[in-house]
Amino acid sequence: MTAPDVRHALGSTLADADILTEIEDLIPYGFDGTATLKERPLAVVFPRSTKQVSAVVKWAREARVPVVSRGNGTGLSGGSVPVAGGLVLCLNHLDRIVELDRANLTIRAQAGVVTQDIFAAADAAGLFYPPDPGSMKISTIGGNVAENSGGLRGLKYGVTRDYVLGMEVVLADGSICRLGTACVKDVAGYSLRDLFIGSEGTLGIVTEVLLKLLPRPTARRTLLATFAAMDEAAATVSAIIAAGIVPCTLEFLDRRTIQCVEDFAHVGLPTDAEAVLLIEADGHPAAVDDEVAHIEKLCREHAATTVRVAADAAEATRLATARRSAFSALARLRPTTILEDVTVPRSELAAMIRDVEAIALKHDVQIATFGHFGDGNLHPTILTDERDTAEMHRVEAAITAIVEAALARGGTITGEHGVGLAKKPFLRRQLGDASYSLLQLVKRSFDPDGLLNPGKIFDLPA
Amino acid sequence: MSPTSATPSAPSPAVDHGPTRHLGAMDYSVLQQCMHCGMCLPTCPTYVETKKERHSPRGRIALMRAVADGELAVSKAFGEEMYYCLGCLACTTACPAGVDYPTLFEAARAEVEDAKVLDSPKRNAIRATVLRGLFTRPRLLRLVGRLLWIWQASGGQTLFRRLRLTRLLPPNLRRLEPQTPTIRARFSHQLIQPVESSANPKPLRRVAVLTGCVQDLAFSEINRATVDVLRANGCEVHTPPVQPCCGSLHGHNGDLATARDLARRQIDLIDPDRFDAIISNAGGCGSHLRNYDHLLAADDAYAAKAATWSRKLRDIHEYLVEINFRAPLAPPSPQTITYHESCHLCHGQKVSVQPRDILRAIPGVELRECGESSWCCGSAGIYNITQPKTSGWLQDRKLDLLTATGADIVATANPGCHLQIANGLQAQGDDHTTVEHPIVLLARAYAAEAND
Ligand SMILES: Cc1cc2nc3c(=O)[nH]c(=O)nc-3n(C[C@H](O)[C@H](O)[C@H](O)COP(=O)(O)OP(=O)(O)OC[C@H]3O[C@@H](n4cnc5c(N)ncnc54)[C@H](O)[C@@H]3O)c2cc1C
Ligand code: SF4
Ligand code: SF4
Repeated sequence: MTAPDVRHALGSTLADADILTEIEDLIPYGFDGTATLKERPLAVVFPRSTKQVSAVVKWAREARVPVVSRGNGTGLSGGSVPVAGGLVLCLNHLDRIVELDRANLTIRAQAGVVTQDIFAAADAAGLFYPPDPGSMKISTIGGNVAENSGGLRGLKYGVTRDYVLGMEVVLADGSICRLGTACVKDVAGYSLRDLFIGSEGTLGIVTEVLLKLLPRPTARRTLLATFAAMDEAAATVSAIIAAGIVPCTLEFLDRRTIQCVEDFAHVGLPTDAEAVLLIEADGHPAAVDDEVAHIEKLCREHAATTVRVAADAAEATRLATARRSAFSALARLRPTTILEDVTVPRSELAAMIRDVEAIALKHDVQIATFGHFGDGNLHPTILTDERDTAEMHRVEAAITAIVEAALARGGTITGEHGVGLAKKPFLRRQLGDASYSLLQLVKRSFDPDGLLNPGKIFDLPA
Repeated sequence: MSPTSATPSAPSPAVDHGPTRHLGAMDYSVLQQCMHCGMCLPTCPTYVETKKERHSPRGRIALMRAVADGELAVSKAFGEEMYYCLGCLACTTACPAGVDYPTLFEAARAEVEDAKVLDSPKRNAIRATVLRGLFTRPRLLRLVGRLLWIWQASGGQTLFRRLRLTRLLPPNLRRLEPQTPTIRARFSHQLIQPVESSANPKPLRRVAVLTGCVQDLAFSEINRATVDVLRANGCEVHTPPVQPCCGSLHGHNGDLATARDLARRQIDLIDPDRFDAIISNAGGCGSHLRNYDHLLAADDAYAAKAATWSRKLRDIHEYLVEINFRAPLAPPSPQTITYHESCHLCHGQKVSVQPRDILRAIPGVELRECGESSWCCGSAGIYNITQPKTSGWLQDRKLDLLTATGADIVATANPGCHLQIANGLQAQGDDHTTVEHPIVLLARAYAAEAND
């Protein structure tokens, strides 16, 4: 199979401009947001309707060409890297919001709609779509569903899964199928919809989603607390949770991250602090005031050096935007930035942070840490240079040690970025043999030829 | 990369196209700095227009890196891609990782020129006459400008043709003719003395003013206004009458050798050690002028002077705010103004609040913010000539947003933007909205004060 063959075969299905085969077009589709993983696809295609998706998949099956779905390539586990070559099927032209239903509090959108646009459409109608991954201005809703993405508001509002009512998918044989319903309660049969959430493009292609919306909270306040030691920040988080307070956001940045973010965003973060917590409360105005006062008190009791409440919505937005840049801003320090994504039970946070520090010391690598502390989701980020082979060996050892430490503390190898390629080696260890085989069985029944995003999550036995 | 899974299949073999002089020779970590996060994508006009990765910052950087790695030849498609980029630098403002896109961009275009992949007799002729012939010779440029003025003032198209001056201009001049700037009757050297003393008896500062080439021909009154406001704020102002082009056109169009040459001439003419500041009032020029230190870093004879130069170079708005400029006292005459940010002023020089501060300080001004004020208007150097389609799309998008503010005046601080917006308004039949440089508005307010 060559690129001209693809063009020839799909030429009657797709517009000419929607098939890319030039090498200058292929190189930029060889990677996603994950460092150091890249491979070149055979061609890139841009369907503009579910029908076109179906036709492309049908052809690919007959021609035995792998198909890798892609939203906007912000994934952080290598999910849309075309490791087996084949087609990259890019959904970002399926970008229509189909319907916002005020009576039922739902929004129906095509898979390629950018997450931020869903939020904005809901907001304009006085409603609220809570999941807000750091990448929300770029990532697509299809990508969010495929990765079951979390976000800054995960602590109180959960993750993408909690908002998906239904979806339209194209299966491996090209058939179009609807999963779930608009009903809030629905227990008819297995939840195939749930199977698709977090399936990373390996079971089928999501073309449309139906999402649940909430009423928009009437008040929102943001608070920034600084600490002289990481432990104290972690202890504060435990205290807040133990006090039964559920802020909507509880984010954490360590000293290196604070410095890089400040370098970029200039929002007045205290660059001499060891740790900061960015906390947001939302809901009814009186309740929010109460919560903020309580949180402020707990921060002070746990040795916060300063506590600052954002003066207005503009300052709060600036702080949240700065937080969203954390991962990318860390790239200022070293040429290669490798982001990890482990989650531990929240009571283990302080201990897990100490583990990470010890691992950095032991393997002599630079690690910065930030994360969604409220969910126990940490992003230890290794700052290195991929050209330094000796250092890269130490980096690999450190990554393994971090994942093992998380597992030892009852945690998971990935809290939100998915398994993709990056976490493949650890999956069986977390799941155990029986569940691991069950996953492979599910994959086989949906995609017997193994053509949908091959090589991701696990390898199938031949 | 993660432990074992990182190399699931053999990487495609690297094809060695030989070392490249620019991308291959540069500090590799500049290329590595981009970690593909995509945070820049929504701010890149060409990506927003097409939604294709190749037209995005991270896509372009990936192509540059492939060239540096020897995996991709400097092809025609690569060349076209590099010239499809506006060079608007919106990506540098958006990029949290701090990728040095301006350096990558210049190196990539220089690579394209070295490889000659876009060469055609017509393109070569234009580049030779315009970039190297015209924009390196300030006197000749003024002569051409003068003749253009005669042509415009007298309607003397015939005369223009008889003198066969079209030879000096791009062949597609006819299409662009309506866009040709109105040449001023008098140029900067006729409006400004080489040295003008401060309005205060004892000057507090001594500064040099750069007059630019397009600015000089099409907007010489902006240079005059610049000198006026500096004088009004206690500066003794030095303005050499014949100044070479700053070289930004050359740098951005892959001709780094000429750009370096022009930088050296500029430094020879204006010794940075003699001044407190060197003032630029055109966003695009300033962005390049600030960069002389990088441009001449490897030139032993000039590196030190270039470093001083870059340290002292200031955009006029930035400088006025820095020296705590005096707010004019004139009685307010109501004006509604909206501000369009020149890419190279806001993204290239990070000067964004200062022009607004200046506008707000003028009595009677109501400043109305415009959506996407820092989006490119499509002018981008000679982009409106080379990529008329994308340029037109951006121009329309810009005009819609500007008009939506209902302001009477669009303030902007770069001659390219000025022309692009003024031409657009004119084409729409809008003879009410005017385009002005913020400094002209400030100078006018000071003058009104004197007449008061
Ligand atoms: C700066 C930054 C911050 C981030 N912050 C967060 C965060 O806070 N929380 C979080 O969870 N993640 C975060 N991420 C990771 C990433 O943004 C998410 O995984 C996101 O959901 C990916 O969306 P995408 O459209 O870019 O998908 P892609 O990267 O293109 O694809 C991701 C995976 O989904 C599959 N896929 C994509 N679209 C479809 C579809 N329509 N049907 C089936 N499969 C599909 C792909 O095959 C691939 O396996 C961040 C990434 C960056 C760069
Ligand atoms: S300079 Fe402008 S057009 Fe070019 S990549 Fe950056 S944002 Fe896009
Ligand atoms: S924001 Fe910066 S690091 Fe991220 S993709 Fe764009 S250029 Fe690369």
